[in-house]
This record gives sequence, structure tokens and C-alpha cells, in this order.
Amino acid sequence: MTAIAAERPTGRRTFRLREAAGRAGVLLLVLAALWGLWEGYRWVWSTAGFTWPFPVDATTMPHLHSIFSALFQPSRTNGPLLIHVLLDSALFTAKEAATGFALGAVVGFALAIVLAHSRLLQRGFLPYIIASQTVPILAIAPMVVVWLGSLSVPAWFSVAVIAAYLTFFPVTINSLRGLQSADPRAVELMRSFAASRWSILWRLRVPASLPYVFSALRVAATGSVVGAIVGELPSSIQDGLGGAILNFAQYYTFQPTNLWATNVVAAALGVLFFVAVVGAERLVVRRAPENVA
Amino acid sequence: MSSVAVQPVPRGGMARMVGRRVTDWLPAAIVLVLGLVAWQGVVTVLHVQRFLLPKPTQIASTFWTDRHALWSAGWFTFQEALGGFVIGSGLAIVVALVLARWRPLGSALMPYAIAANAVPIIAFAPITNAWFSPLNKSSKMAIAAVLCFFPVLVNTLRGLTSVRPSSIELMRSYAAGELEIFRRVRIPTALPYIFTSLKVASVLAMIGAIVGEYFGGSIEALGVQIKNSASLFQFEVAWAAIVVACILGIAFYLAVALAERLAMRWQPAQGRE
Amino acid sequence: MSEQAAAVEIKGVSKVFKGGTTALTGIDVEIHPGEFVSLIGPSGCGKSTLLRIVGDLIAPSEGQVVVNGKSAHRARLDRDYGIVFQDAVLYDWRTVSKNIALPLEMGGWDRRRRGERVREMLQLVELEGFESHYPWQLSGGMQQRVSIARALSFSPALLLMDEPFGALDEMTRERMNAELLRIWEETRSTIVFVTHSIAEAVFLSTRVAVMSARPGRISTVIPIDLPQPRTALTREAPRFFELVTAVREALHLGAEVEPAA
Repeated sequence: MTAIAAERPTGRRTFRLREAAGRAGVLLLVLAALWGLWEGYRWVWSTAGFTWPFPVDATTMPHLHSIFSALFQPSRTNGPLLIHVLLDSALFTAKEAATGFALGAVVGFALAIVLAHSRLLQRGFLPYIIASQTVPILAIAPMVVVWLGSLSVPAWFSVAVIAAYLTFFPVTINSLRGLQSADPRAVELMRSFAASRWSILWRLRVPASLPYVFSALRVAATGSVVGAIVGELPSSIQDGLGGAILNFAQYYTFQPTNLWATNVVAAALGVLFFVAVVGAERLVVRRAPENVA
Repeated sequence: MSSVAVQPVPRGGMARMVGRRVTDWLPAAIVLVLGLVAWQGVVTVLHVQRFLLPKPTQIASTFWTDRHALWSAGWFTFQEALGGFVIGSGLAIVVALVLARWRPLGSALMPYAIAANAVPIIAFAPITNAWFSPLNKSSKMAIAAVLCFFPVLVNTLRGLTSVRPSSIELMRSYAAGELEIFRRVRIPTALPYIFTSLKVASVLAMIGAIVGEYFGGSIEALGVQIKNSASLFQFEVAWAAIVVACILGIAFYLAVALAERLAMRWQPAQGRE
Repeated sequence: MSEQAAAVEIKGVSKVFKGGTTALTGIDVEIHPGEFVSLIGPSGCGKSTLLRIVGDLIAPSEGQVVVNGKSAHRARLDRDYGIVFQDAVLYDWRTVSKNIALPLEMGGWDRRRRGERVREMLQLVELEGFESHYPWQLSGGMQQRVSIARALSFSPALLLMDEPFGALDEMTRERMNAELLRIWEETRSTIVFVTHSIAEAVFLSTRVAVMSARPGRISTVIPIDLPQPRTALTREAPRFFELVTAVREALHLGAEVEPAA
């Protein structure tokens, strides 16, 4: 199997460029297709006057360009531009989500390390941790926030606690699975070097667990943003995206585009967190390509 | 020569086997009992205010006295979750089949489906409330449906395209067409992936229904009752409602898990998950 | 048992993959009906590629393959061959019986005929009693027997085997070799067999095609004149060792001579 050595380097570079251009092209196509679908659906439904599933007009389905232009108008008379308001709210929510994410991830991982070393503790606590994944945890968000608020915990921190809560469970379960996934023969090898338990942990189990941990972090990235937004609902926090959503929801019939624009920013925030985790994963974890058809 | 896998009976016979089971769940049972006792004890000893954190016994009694209202609210919300689950998952499976058939389309769109899953869909609840009236179940069904759609789509598509190359070669050696390959190989291979994602979707549907109600909904709904009682500091009612939500969530999940066991009887018994 | 054994003619076949790798070049071989021909060679000599070209699973860059008097493509569409891979490729969701019946279902056989043929095949590979077992309940050797039963279920004129016993331990492998020869005697189909093991190639075949790499080509074809039927004693005969040595030397020779690229 001779490799054609001389021609590789330049071939690779142009291939990469073509690949990147292709991806950008697909992105534009998808955006254009979505825009087309939206406006097309809108046009067909409003012209024909269909009322199922819901009637289409400027309130229920604003034009995409109206949503976009609303960003560059003041949200209330003589106030700052909507986009400034939303970016500030997004930053506020992002801080809550990030704090919660970090907190939940660290505590979850630490707990997984403890559980990995004690079968007894595993059997005692793991069933509840697993079962809690089937439970609508987010449902207790308002309660937790109100309760912590009455204990004089600053409001934004109670919201971060919700985000931490949503991060904690998947991280614990996946980290545990990851820590236990180390090849037994690799463990035997380390024992043959008279490695201590601590050393085995940090040199073998933790690196082996990384793919699993990141898979949980991807879920947690979204979860912490959702947790932060939902956590802001019951408290009187006006500064975050949750507050903005409630605010604009009240005036929806007058200015529907504001709420839609808020959702676009919230979506962007969620995707940003997700992409950040995926990016970190690419840097930290090297995985073998799958062999599938 | 035969090495057909058989469950070994441990030395010491039946008694040992039963004994082993007990040590499996005993720690968890102990933790549960200790947890409840500690909760009750701490609240009593520290004289924690009732409106801050009620005792388990108080929650239990509220659960009992309000059981009719709570269960009918639970049923209302469950219908929203179930409807959203069926619509979202059904649509996702159909779309996945189409995208698996036309691969270039599927692989181009996959990253977008994954990214869409990262969007806080729940933030659209006020908008669905505007589409369908907030009192209408459809508003929450829509949220639940969208929440279910993307995870089921991504996982089903992954399952349909994770076939070993030699399986495809085998089918080609039988001169099988694309449709036959789909029917005989890709769909059965995808079943475990589909059921895993359906389990996740069942949880998401419940969350979508309940949390969607936090943005506004009928007073007959569970989520509205949780929110209202929490804001009025009636935490016993709120916790009792949460218990109902948990029970329904677990029951939904177990129902899907049962369907999985029935549909895939050919799987060896899974240790965990 | 099979209607007839196929002849395989490989004329001037070469294969260059996208990216410029030459897997095979100038392959010319004629396989007579009822023969058992092994392809043996180092990694990268293209033996698996050649097998797949015969099965029309890969298209050759040059040359043609004639199977049973037809093009390889036609032969595949007419289901003239069965194929066995290194791993059994059984479908987890089907029982042993249903796995064996797979090609029959696809060939439109009715239920009664399918049932009869599956029973015959189970007898042939000595797996009676395992009809309703699932693949995960069987050992590696048993799974391969199911795979062989499936490949033979529709009595193909040609059997293609790609290192089918490669994943088994030595003793199981020798036993499976004996089984395969017994089955071959009953079915009398043509067999093209890819392997890494010199002893296996010599024990099973009527001829051994020795391949070399870079680029993949057939360097020698060695006729194996050991008497049939072959038994465990055959492995101890002096002639066996002579032939094994001949194949080994041919492999070394092929490795030394590298034509200019």
C-alpha cells in the first residue's frame, strides 16, 4: 500500500478549505431553507385563512425580518435598544447558569470519585441518583427559589443552585460509569508498578472517564441554561432572560416581536454553552473514529 | 463443548441467592429510611417554620386529604405530556427514517438537530400560550412535543446509521435493495437506540408539561398548583403535588421501559440500563 | 447437494482505491468447479479485496470476473454464492433458525420449505437443539457454524470465506477445519477461502494461491496433492510438512521480491 508521499501536503490543505467552504454553504442553505419554510407557511396559511393548528397573523407568527428589526429598536419609549437589554439579560442569566454548571459539575464529579471507591455507598445512594433522572426535577425549581429566598440567600444564587442541581445528576452518573470503565488489565498494569490508589485514580481512571463526563456535560450545558431561566420565574429577578420572558409575555399582544427576539437570544445562549462544551471536549478528548455504515 | 450462557447458582444454593439480593437493596432502603427520619428530626428539633420546610408526615397527610384534587390535576397534566410525547416522538421517527434513506441530507442536518436540542425550548411556552389559549392542553402539548422531537430524532438517526459494514455486505451478497436493507437490518438495529431515546423523551415530556404550566395554564393543572401554592408559601401542598408529579414521571418511564423489554425480548438481561 | 459447482475465472483484475492505493494488480486465476482454493498472504496483499471483487461487493478497476459463466454482478443478483465473514454477522434479534432462514426468506421460499431446509442445515453443522437460541447464547465457534449454515442454506454453487476461523482458538479452529471438509464433501460446491494460517490453507485446499503485497498480486499457486478425505492424521504426514514448507518459502520469496513501483 504505497502512499503517494509527494502529493499529500497541498492536497490536504485544499481539501480542508473545500470542506470548510462546504460546511459554510450548508449552513447558509439551512438558514435560507428555514426562512423559506417560515415565510412560506405564513403566506399559505394567512392567505387561505386556515385556523388549524392556530390562526396565522402578525401576532402568532411575526415576519422573521420584523423580529430581526425589533432588536434594533428601543423596547420601551426612550429606553435602550432591545438588543442591549437582551444581551444584558443574557449575560446575567449566563452568569447564573455558568456558576451552577461549575458547581454541579465539581460536586458531581467529586461524589462520583467517592462512590467509585465504595460499593456500599454506591448501593445506598445510586438508586436514588438514577431514579431522580426520571423525575421532573425542574418542577421543584420555584419552590427551591422561594425557600432559599426566605433564608436570605441572594436571588441569583438560588437560581444558580437550580442550574447546579440539573448539572449534578447526569455528571455524577456518567462520571461514575466513566471511572469504572477503565480496562481491568490497565489497572493490573498500574498495580504491577506498585502505584497507589490515588495514582491509579488520577493517571488512569480520570482520563478514562473523560468521554463519559463530557457526554454528561453536553446535556448539563443545556440543562443549566434552562434551569437558570426557569429558576428566575418565581423570584422577582428582572435582570435575567427569565424575567425578560415574563415581562414581554405580558405585553405579547402589543409587541409580539419582543418575546420572539428574546427567545432567539435565549436559543443563542443555549447553543453557545453547548458549543463551548463540545469545543472543550474536542481539545481534551481524542476519540477513535467509528467504523459504521 | 456447549457454552450456552446459564445463570450460575451460587454455592450454598437458594438461600445464598436470596441473601445476595437482600444485600443489594438493603443499603438503599436504609438510606431512604434514614433520610426521612433525619428530615423529620431536623425540622422538629430546630423548630423549622412550617412554611419553610414541612415535615414528611405533614406532606403525607396533605397528600392524603387533597388526594382527589391532586390526582385529577396530575391526570390533566399527564394527558398533555402523553400527547406531546406521541406527537413529538412519532414525528421524529418518521423524519429519521427519511433522513437515513437520503444520507447526504441526513449527515448535513444532523449537527443542526443536535444544536437545536441545546435550545431552551421551554422559553417558547408563552408563545404556545398565545397560539392556543393558556387554558388549552394543546399549548403544553406543543412544548412537550418539541422537547421530545430532537433527542428522538438524533438517536433514531444514529441507530439507523450504526450498522456494521459487514452486515450491509451480507445483505448485498443476497442482492438486497435499499428498502430490504432498511426493513431487515437498519430498523431492528435502531430499536435499542429508539427505546433509549423514548425513555429520555418520557421524562422530558413530563417536565415540558409541568414547567410549561409555570408560564401560565389552567388551574386544573398540576404545574399551576405547584407554582401557586409555592408562591403562597403553602409548601405542604406544593410538595404533595411534587410527589404526584414524581410518581407519574416514574410510572411513565417504567411503562416505556416495559414496552422496551417486550419489544426486544431478544436482548440478554441488561445489568444496568 | 448443490445444483452444480461454479467455475470462477479472474482475468487481469486490478484495483486502485480512491487516494491512489493499489490494492491488487494483474490477478489471473482460474478456479475449477468443485475446487477448494485458499488465498494466503501477508496483511495488505489484497486477499480480502480480491474475495470481495469475486463477490461483486467491490468493483475492480480493470479486468473481469466470470462466475458460473456469468459476470460477477449477474452472479450476485442471481444469488450464486454464499459468503462467510470473520465475525459471524448474525442478527441479534433473530434466533438461530431465523438467522439461517434469512436468505431463504429473501429468496421467497415458502414457510414449509424454509423449515425443512433449516432443519437439514442444522443437522449438517451439528447444531440440532439450538433452533430457538439467540446469538449471544452461543460460543464463537457455534456462531460461525450458524453463519456457515446460513451461507449454504440456498445451496450456492460457490462459497466465499474470509478468514472465518480467524477469531477462534487453535483447537476449535482445527475442529472447524474438519467440519468444513465434511460439509464440503456433502455439498461439493466450489470454495474460495482466505486465510492467514499456512497449516489451515494446506490442510483444507486442493490448491493454495500465495499472494504478496505492494502491490497485491498472486506470486505462486501450489497444488496440494494430499489424499482425500483428510483427517487429523493428514496433519502428521511428512508430505503435509513438505507442503507447509513450500507455502512458507513461497511467502518469504514473495515478500523479498518487490517490483519497482
